[in-house]
Amino acid sequence: MNLTLKIWRQSNAQATGKMVDYKVTEISEHMSFLEMMDVLNEQLINSGEEPVAFDHDCREGICGMCSMFINGEAHGPDRGVTTCQLHMRMFKDGDTITIEPFRAKAFPVIKDLVVDRGAFDRIQHAGGYISVNTSGNTQDANGTPISKHAADEAMDAATCIGCGACVASCKNASAMLFVGAKVSQYALLPQGQVEAVDRVKNMVAQMDLEGFGNCTNTGACEVECPKGISLENIARMNREFLSANVKG
Amino acid sequence: MSGFFKSSIGRKYAMALSAFFLMFFLLQHFAINILSVFSPDAFNEASHFMGTFWAVQYVLQPVLIFGVIYHFVMGFILEAKNRSARVKKYAKNNGAANSSWMSRNMIYSGLAILAFLVLHFIDFWLPEINTKFIDGDMTGLLPNGEGFRYYEELAHKFENPLRVGAYVIAFIFLSLHLMHGFSSAFQSAGATSMRKEKLQLFAKVYSILLPLGFIFIALFHHFNHH
Repeated sequence: MNLTLKIWRQSNAQATGKMVDYKVTEISEHMSFLEMMDVLNEQLINSGEEPVAFDHDCREGICGMCSMFINGEAHGPDRGVTTCQLHMRMFKDGDTITIEPFRAKAFPVIKDLVVDRGAFDRIQHAGGYISVNTSGNTQDANGTPISKHAADEAMDAATCIGCGACVASCKNASAMLFVGAKVSQYALLPQGQVEAVDRVKNMVAQMDLEGFGNCTNTGACEVECPKGISLENIARMNREFLSANVKG
Repeated sequence: MSGFFKSSIGRKYAMALSAFFLMFFLLQHFAINILSVFSPDAFNEASHFMGTFWAVQYVLQPVLIFGVIYHFVMGFILEAKNRSARVKKYAKNNGAANSSWMSRNMIYSGLAILAFLVLHFIDFWLPEINTKFIDGDMTGLLPNGEGFRYYEELAHKFENPLRVGAYVIAFIFLSLHLMHGFSSAFQSAGATSMRKEKLQLFAKVYSILLPLGFIFIALFHHFNHH
């Protein structure tokens, strides 16, 4: 298929940037979106132009690196997939595809489609972990009984790959689905209880500090999340946050 | 709890709590208004009680005014903060693919409700305050002293088709606001039961039937006097 691509080009973090049109031809419907981008970049390199910079790593939908806003949606029009798992069969011959970086004040553009998602790392550093003593007296993980329901819900929350699609999709650029998932995966398990109060307070404080917007429950994040992280995690984070503040 | 209400989640709770209060108030307001359709006397009695009972006037009314102002002011503050969280807008953003129109436009339905409230205050609240607290007439009687004035005032207000039209449009916006706001308040307050169909259904019934009821009352009084 032959396509017209409208791509955000920005040479560095300080540059203004603009949308630039490109044509790609003979794209196979079996290609992934990133393979289509590879074809474009080869074309650009052969003609002496600067290739389009974009993030990618595993290309199998688990690392959370790829981050394109395609035709007005994070990771494009398909559901439950990252950009690398979006296939060109989702588009038609002659289509015009708009490709932009994830936009949020807290995710500044580094170059073209690459954004700095370090804000997520800083939120994780603020409390997205459990402190386990590894000096030789570590408990066997299977020695702590956990209900199947809690284990399943914690696992669902833990499948968040931190790609930032929630922030990109949210009209308020809110990070609450991400933080909700990271708080929930520990809040649901006994191992997470020891640091529960400090965790949610510190992670929410860091989230606010990074300049993300407030959640207004539009639900866009849940729909666009490649891992189907549920809004329930935001409600759980809210309860955890209230309870942590009441406890002091 | 220090700093709780300055945090993003604390403000969500505060918005939800003021929303719960306002939604309960709406229900109470409707319960009294609908009396005007079935029994002018009952409406007069209820209005006189609400307008003169000290606990309503000096406790509930100030709480209500605070609740309304808080909900609007915090709504504007959060909207401004949310807009500033994305400085550069998308060239193409397909919001309809992942969220409802109502959820994306709460600020506009809210502004329409604010405009209506200004009209509503000029129509009913200010004349009421003027009669009771400036003129000092707490009797609730008509100028000729023959019966209560409340039903007559209400019926008179709805003679003007422009006012009735404005009320109908405002209640459509109220319905749109509630369609997202009702379930959103529960989600913000941390309720997981929103997933349950019954509460979702109740949210829909409330957000559609209540404004529809107010529209019915306005239209009833308009056509009842023509």
